[in-house]
Amino acid sequence: MSARVITITSGKGGVGKTTVTANLGVALAMRGQRVVTIDADIGLRNLDVMLGLENRIVYDLVDVVEGRCRLRQALVRDKRLQELYLLPAAQTRDKSALRAEDMVRVCNELRESFDFLLIDSPAGIEQGFRNAVAPADEVLIVTNPEVAAVRDADRVIGLIEAEGKGPARLIINRLKPELVRRGDMLDTSAVLELLAIDLIGIIPEDETVIVAANTGRPVAFTDNSLAGRAFHNIARRLMGEEVPFAPIKEPGFLGRIFRWMRSEGEEQR
Amino acid sequence: MAQDPIAIKGIRQGLLITLGEGPWDALMEALERRLEKGAAFFRGGRAALDVGPRPLDEAQIRQTRDLLARYGVDLWAVRGTAEATIVATVRAGLSPLLAPEGATGGAVPSEQEETPPVPAGGLVVERTVRSGQRIEHPGDVIVIGDVHAGAEIVAGRHVIVWGKLHGVVHAGALGDESAVVCALDLAPTQLRIADHIARSPEERRRRPVPEMARVRHGRIEAVPWPHR
Repeated sequence: MSARVITITSGKGGVGKTTVTANLGVALAMRGQRVVTIDADIGLRNLDVMLGLENRIVYDLVDVVEGRCRLRQALVRDKRLQELYLLPAAQTRDKSALRAEDMVRVCNELRESFDFLLIDSPAGIEQGFRNAVAPADEVLIVTNPEVAAVRDADRVIGLIEAEGKGPARLIINRLKPELVRRGDMLDTSAVLELLAIDLIGIIPEDETVIVAANTGRPVAFTDNSLAGRAFHNIARRLMGEEVPFAPIKEPGFLGRIFRWMRSEGEEQR
Repeated sequence: MAQDPIAIKGIRQGLLITLGEGPWDALMEALERRLEKGAAFFRGGRAALDVGPRPLDEAQIRQTRDLLARYGVDLWAVRGTAEATIVATVRAGLSPLLAPEGATGGAVPSEQEETPPVPAGGLVVERTVRSGQRIEHPGDVIVIGDVHAGAEIVAGRHVIVWGKLHGVVHAGALGDESAVVCALDLAPTQLRIADHIARSPEERRRRPVPEMARVRHGRIEAVPWPHR
């Protein structure tokens, strides 16, 4: 039995890496998987807050690497789910406290006892990112349907391909169907065309996500929000299930037919 | 304008800079102008100097090496037929031959390889070139795949993209105005040929057609490709 190590990264900051990590951890654990979420954002830790586990931290990842505690001692068990753990980042250190080999070693030690290790990567493409990607078997790229976020995602996908970690899969976060319908936001097909990688999930914009982040109770705990359901769909896809993508209304069906007729017309010319 | 006394081309071992006729100081000035124009392209490269029968002394070799070094180019060899040049080259610690020591023999012996214009071969890139990636080659560059916005292709000669070209592209970066850029969807952020610069039209075409960009009458123009 050996865990799959999945790194969640994005290049650009603020697109929702930590939210995705927390919610996927919850969704997978609710489906009976043994999961460790690992916060690799040394110095700017957030994953503990989103999971509501901040006040339970005794040791952290840097303590493990520097030999101040055993790995098991640093794992924080979730207060709601038996099989969900957090390996927190150190808040008082920075990215240089960790090397890629350290991450690989820690993950290898955890592999035996779990099904999934989810690594929350820091933003950027520097050492912190490299540490987070080094142990990964698979990589999930989080982006927003915005040109700048997509451009950064493209950069990161290129780096991951160069590391031989591919193919990365894409999560489009904070999609606003209303804006897409009006043509004011990139739609899913445009993002996919720009990035040319496989999609594993689309998370619609949902205010309950923000509330949940502040209260330390990720939306994936309940099944009654759009975003919560989207996270569970990604978890199921990670576990190998075929889950169709929910029809988020996009350019408008009529619009598409119209476009298609037009292009056919051009062809005849 | 008089003919440029400096010729720069790509060979297997890097750049080959050939100095033509004329007074030494004028040649150095002309070389510096060329280096300035293509600064980004030359940086980090290595170069050999071909001076023909002109005798060079050690000071002149050092002067050339220092000039190139200021633009991030490493001078490693000087080829000349005058005995003085060869002696000075060795004294300056450079190679008087273009074949690197211990070079594993290619298909062509190096002496023949240097005869008439030797274009560096093509570089074939069989993948998507993504944002932040830069492909640089003194000869032709052929991409089988897309070139995304934020990526850069710099070639001494032609650039051919069998896919979408949305990044920045520079063909003929050593000053070759006859270089062209071809793509199935030619929509680069910026397109350069030698020292001409053009941008794509603001609005994107709904249905892209293969196009070729080239320099005509001192401007870059795009024509359908193949051209009928």
